[in-house]
Amino acid sequence: MLIIPCPHCGPRPENEFRYSGEAHVVRPADPETLDDAALAELLYMRSNPKGRHAERWRHIHGCGWFFNCIRDTVTDRIERTYPAGTAP
Amino acid sequence: MKFSLRTLFTQGLSGHTGWGPQWRTPEPKPEYDAIIVGGGGHGLATAYYLAAEHGVRNVAVLEKGWLGGGNTGRNTTIIRSNYLWDESAAIYEHAVKLWEGLSQELNYNVMYSPRGVMMLAHTIHDVQVFKRHVHANRLNGIDNEWLTPGEAREFCPPLNISANVRYPILGAALQRRGGTARHDAVAWGYARGASARGVDIIQNCEVTGINRDAAGAVTGVETSRGTIRSRKIGVVAAGHTSVLMGMAGVRMPLESYPLQALVSEPVKPVFPCVVMSNTIHAYISQSDKGELVIGAGTDAYTSYSQAGGLHIAAHTLDAICEMFPMFRRMRMLRNWGGIVDVTPDRSPIIGKTPVPGLFVNCGWGTGGFKATPGSGHVFAATIARDDPHPIAAPFTLERFRTGRLIDEAAAAAVAH
Amino acid sequence: MRFRTADGGRIDRTRTLNFSFDGRALTGHPGDTLASALLANGIHLMGRSFKYHRPRGLLAAGIEEPNALVHVDRGGGRDAPNLRATQVELYEGLNATSQNRYPSLALDVGEAARLFSRFLPAGFYYKTFMWPASFWKRLYEPVIRAAAGLGRAPVLPDPDRYLHRYAHCEVLVIGAGAAGLAAARDAAVTGARVILCDEQNEMGGGLLSEPAATIDGQPAAAWVAAVLADLDSRANVTLLPRATAFGWYPDNMIGVAERVTDHLATPDARVPRERMWQIRAREVVIATGAHERPLVFPDNDRPGIMLAGAARLFLNRHGVRPGARAVIATACDSAYAAALDLHAAGVAIALIADLRANPVGPAIDAARAAGITVRTGTSITGSTGHLRVTGALIGTEWVACDCILMSGGWTPSLHMHAQSRGKLRFDAATANFLPVAMAGQRSTGACAGMFDLATILPGHAVSGIITPDGGHAGLVPGAKPKRAFVDFQNDVTAKDLLLATQEGFRSIEHVKRYTTTGMATDQGKTSNINALAIVAGELGNTIPEVGLTTYRPPYSPVTFGTIAGASRGALFDPERRAPMHDQAVALGARFEDVGPWKRAWYFPGPGEDLHAAVARECRAVRGSVGIFDASTLGKIEVVGADAAEFLNRLYTNAWTKLGVGRCRYGLMLSEAGFVMDDGVVGRIAEDRFHVTTTTGGAPRVLNHMEDYLQTEFPDLRVWLTSATEQWAVIAVQGPGARDLIAPFVEGIDLAPAAFPHMSVREGTICGVPTRLFRVSFTGELGFEINVPADFGPAVWEALMGTGVPTPYGTEAMHVLRAEKGYIIVGQETDGTVTPDDLGLSGMIAKSKKDFVGKRALRRPDLVVPNRKQLVGLLTEDPAVVLEEGAQIVADPAQPIPMRMIGHVTSSYASPTLGRSIAMALVEGGRGRMGKLLYVPMPGHTIAVRVVEPVFHDKAGARLDG
Repeated sequence: MLIIPCPHCGPRPENEFRYSGEAHVVRPADPETLDDAALAELLYMRSNPKGRHAERWRHIHGCGWFFNCIRDTVTDRIERTYPAGTAP
Repeated sequence: MKFSLRTLFTQGLSGHTGWGPQWRTPEPKPEYDAIIVGGGGHGLATAYYLAAEHGVRNVAVLEKGWLGGGNTGRNTTIIRSNYLWDESAAIYEHAVKLWEGLSQELNYNVMYSPRGVMMLAHTIHDVQVFKRHVHANRLNGIDNEWLTPGEAREFCPPLNISANVRYPILGAALQRRGGTARHDAVAWGYARGASARGVDIIQNCEVTGINRDAAGAVTGVETSRGTIRSRKIGVVAAGHTSVLMGMAGVRMPLESYPLQALVSEPVKPVFPCVVMSNTIHAYISQSDKGELVIGAGTDAYTSYSQAGGLHIAAHTLDAICEMFPMFRRMRMLRNWGGIVDVTPDRSPIIGKTPVPGLFVNCGWGTGGFKATPGSGHVFAATIARDDPHPIAAPFTLERFRTGRLIDEAAAAAVAH
Repeated sequence: MRFRTADGGRIDRTRTLNFSFDGRALTGHPGDTLASALLANGIHLMGRSFKYHRPRGLLAAGIEEPNALVHVDRGGGRDAPNLRATQVELYEGLNATSQNRYPSLALDVGEAARLFSRFLPAGFYYKTFMWPASFWKRLYEPVIRAAAGLGRAPVLPDPDRYLHRYAHCEVLVIGAGAAGLAAARDAAVTGARVILCDEQNEMGGGLLSEPAATIDGQPAAAWVAAVLADLDSRANVTLLPRATAFGWYPDNMIGVAERVTDHLATPDARVPRERMWQIRAREVVIATGAHERPLVFPDNDRPGIMLAGAARLFLNRHGVRPGARAVIATACDSAYAAALDLHAAGVAIALIADLRANPVGPAIDAARAAGITVRTGTSITGSTGHLRVTGALIGTEWVACDCILMSGGWTPSLHMHAQSRGKLRFDAATANFLPVAMAGQRSTGACAGMFDLATILPGHAVSGIITPDGGHAGLVPGAKPKRAFVDFQNDVTAKDLLLATQEGFRSIEHVKRYTTTGMATDQGKTSNINALAIVAGELGNTIPEVGLTTYRPPYSPVTFGTIAGASRGALFDPERRAPMHDQAVALGARFEDVGPWKRAWYFPGPGEDLHAAVARECRAVRGSVGIFDASTLGKIEVVGADAAEFLNRLYTNAWTKLGVGRCRYGLMLSEAGFVMDDGVVGRIAEDRFHVTTTTGGAPRVLNHMEDYLQTEFPDLRVWLTSATEQWAVIAVQGPGARDLIAPFVEGIDLAPAAFPHMSVREGTICGVPTRLFRVSFTGELGFEINVPADFGPAVWEALMGTGVPTPYGTEAMHVLRAEKGYIIVGQETDGTVTPDDLGLSGMIAKSKKDFVGKRALRRPDLVVPNRKQLVGLLTEDPAVVLEEGAQIVADPAQPIPMRMIGHVTSSYASPTLGRSIAMALVEGGRGRMGKLLYVPMPGHTIAVRVVEPVFHDKAGARLDG
């Protein structure tokens, strides 16, 4: 069970959180402008890197905030977390 | 040397000095007609069928570690084909038909054991979903039958069919031809068969780049053992697919998750079949060696660590103990993780890619072992003919653009 | 000869304990293990090996024991297989039996496998049993399975309890030998929170079997006692004996299995049998010691052949001699210590055969001084005997003996370090892998290659202890590989390993899997390095080139129940109960599981089955009035200046113009364009909406909303609150609904014009505040009474007290809504269904530029004309009720595989229509109205006609009562 540093609450065990997939997948202001390939990119294509991964977690059994996290997917070590909507 | 009771007997008399290597260990050649990246069951099966059925023998299988060291050797060996959608049923049934003759085909006992796979229904919603499967399977010619709780217990005596438990058993779907096989033997058997037909099996050879020409077509791979040329490259790398495809600039709809499994200490035969329960997240069988083989869930987050949290195993074992309270004093002997590559619709991707000469076979998620022969068979045909095998044709990468998903997850979904 | 010494050891000779082994009544003393007590009774034969059923005795004295596995039965389902006799503490009445033998341990028919052993090399089963194909399942596999396995699984439910404990500390020390005790004391004096765990019943490790050792002038055992007393006196220290650290999980979480009651004759029922600790430690000190290696030579597995260190432990801790005449075979000084102690205890030492050409040092000198014959440069190359060893082949000479004590040196226990993903380095001098410390953990003592007590305890004066110098890995020089066992339990010999390399298995992982070496219940603790050395030697590689196999948790097997903990029965998955659950129970309801909820399914009257009860409940709703607990529906309060705009973006339909006090049915899509949830939304105020969701969808919908609100639309001023548990919801449905509730309602004008269908009002009912919805999921005049959850039962009972309403359950609710063609998300939909598929394209607001899922609806496959569409089905024979999930075809005469064009999503016997009705998703279904389709069933085919999916009151006239 990971220890995840919630940017709002501090370090907490993983079972207080819900993993929410890759971070910085941008939904455009007007999705109607996307062609099918770009839509597939938004909906389905993921970088899935072996190494540093920018991902989203939600402190669902805590403050409730979504936030972003940089984690190494090989070691599972978390480098840092930062609020949603901010750059890595 | 052919494997048989006779050769085993004569070798026994002469101290087993005559057995040679089961596959050759050659140095990589500068060029092949086709390169398979990934020496797991699916990759080795692909190479085998390329050589055995399509006459493409100048083939290399490149494995960064040891053969079958990924999910092939880390799964719970369940085989079944009672999937809902026609496309899925077709490919898994294709695999089961190949499993049925695989030991003889390979002259290697892969111990395919059709002991029956039973999926328990605990809620009315489960009953509706499983009956939908049973009916669809029947009309597709795939065995899958509905059992009452009493019939289920008759087939699997350890089941508790009392109504006075948290999740009573309301019935079960049983595929009698489903079962298990010996996972390592599948990799070794295909390796031996492929090697005998000319395929070069190269272990400890990590692919570090995919080379392409000016037109974008593949020309070969860079590896930890040098450049190897080929105009056809098949990536069959499960959890590492995204990384490899990224070398050719292809983004994939995949996420790699740790999937845990565990075994108990071996005991005398006590569990006759495979039992799965989606509602309480547990599946269990007993290996020929006597270990209870138990599948756990995936961890919540993507990872390549081949390890996971203790709470995942705990959540699985509490379900097993709840269903089978007599196993509570059994002991966990080994617990391990694999890396499963999961697609958004929980169905595989098999076929061509936007890069000429580059083929991919991935996305088998938590259920790839059962498909091994079928997957290799249709992928080999796809590579050999540069045209999707009819059974592989629906499983395109393109479907994520068109929306023509094959959503087995939704089919088994929980809602309302 | 008496095997129990007259004095010495850490047993209580003043008390005698009775126990039985294979039905034989025996005695021992407190402080004995089952293993030491059996040895004291002269019993070495304790088990049979896995494959060849060879007679086996003790190899080791602790957790690494591969042979002496027993079944211990306390009765009443309290029985467990495969327990190591070396870890089973003796208690009064202990009842143990041997395993994997028939009919008895001494006379085992399975031993016949020895006759065929030459035909059963590693992997033999991959090479045969293939003809004919069907015989694998029918004949070969059952025979192999029956022969395999060790003990027997329990057959009765285990009545014992297991618990979890969580703990945090600055320093966790694993292992309470000299190194662990020193580390714990050093940490404890700083005031840090320290947990010290040890897998044995007594802390002290190897020091407990060193009677001559002194530390700072006092006996080692006294030093141990003093350190423990000091640690125990400190509030910041927790001592956990009988607690095995078994697994290392991310961020320094260590799993520890504590055996609480197994050693007690009469356990306290209030105490759990075992306890799993999950300890989060800032630093972990690994002090897990080392395991002695056996020597690999032919027939090195006979009862009476054991590790020298084990024999010494049995003597010094338990006061037991392993035999009367011992041959010592060694490559390590530590066996000399055993020889000296046994010699002093009256065991004849036939000789010490030392592999090393020229061993020197105090141990060798002491042995010679004691008159023990030492032969150097001498291999042991065989043994004889059957149920007990009777002789050793030393060089070319057979030496009579009743025990052979061997030592190939010591292997550091690297399991916990390796599990932590710590790196290893190979130390060529000792031929051992050693741990490399990393952040958050370090190793000390023998597991770190520190074998000298003076190094482990710097600053202390130590004496009287022989440091285990030397060792040998792999086949003994001059010995043949046949029947030279490496992995004792799995019967893997040196010859098997050589065969594997001969067959091209070059990776150590392949060798392990092909031969099964290291895969037995001892997890290769005594075998791994010997196997590695043999494989490396054969391949011409060094040991580090071949490398180790992966260390996986657990270090030692852990009871399933311990890992599961208290999560059983009612605590396995706690039930969610609706506010009127007790009322439903009192009314005799049958319940169904819906997600975690228990929902009233139907209310059978006397003699009624499901069908009869549901028919009656449906007629009551259509004819008068029914009452239904709808509280499980998810409820989300959406509040804020931008609440309407937020709903615009989350639902397909438009919300801005919805008036205060009005309701609308909302449809929610995933971003991929598929129906995700639905529910009625009421506007309570300009800035306040009462959103309902499906029962199972509530958490998912709230998370989905929060996700978009926080990350995509953070500019919107909206707050979301789950209100599912806050409201009890009583649905009152039927033409008599208004009349039923009217006497109880205050502050709301119930007149149809004032309170039309799809409205919400606030007032009171039975004097408690209510949000009263006028909505219908039955097609009848209906109200859904929301009251604060605690008031639900009182309001329910007040309404029931009129004697008018009929309670109905989820099954009747399903029938009633199906008669009206209302969908249920999760039944009519499965995650692949669009609004248009359901005939609900009218719910997509054309005016809106964007909502979640809008763009995806234009994807090529989502607009093809032949998609599966929701239709009604009427069977040609009105008495036939279709099976839900049944498949639909256009041509019933086609051969299998048939082309299926859809499936039945809902199907019921409709009491209102007096016939069966069904809903289905069918390819191009709306274009097939009036057409005949077919549902092939086993043995017959049902003809069905496609109709509109509304079967009752198509005009909706009954909504107004």
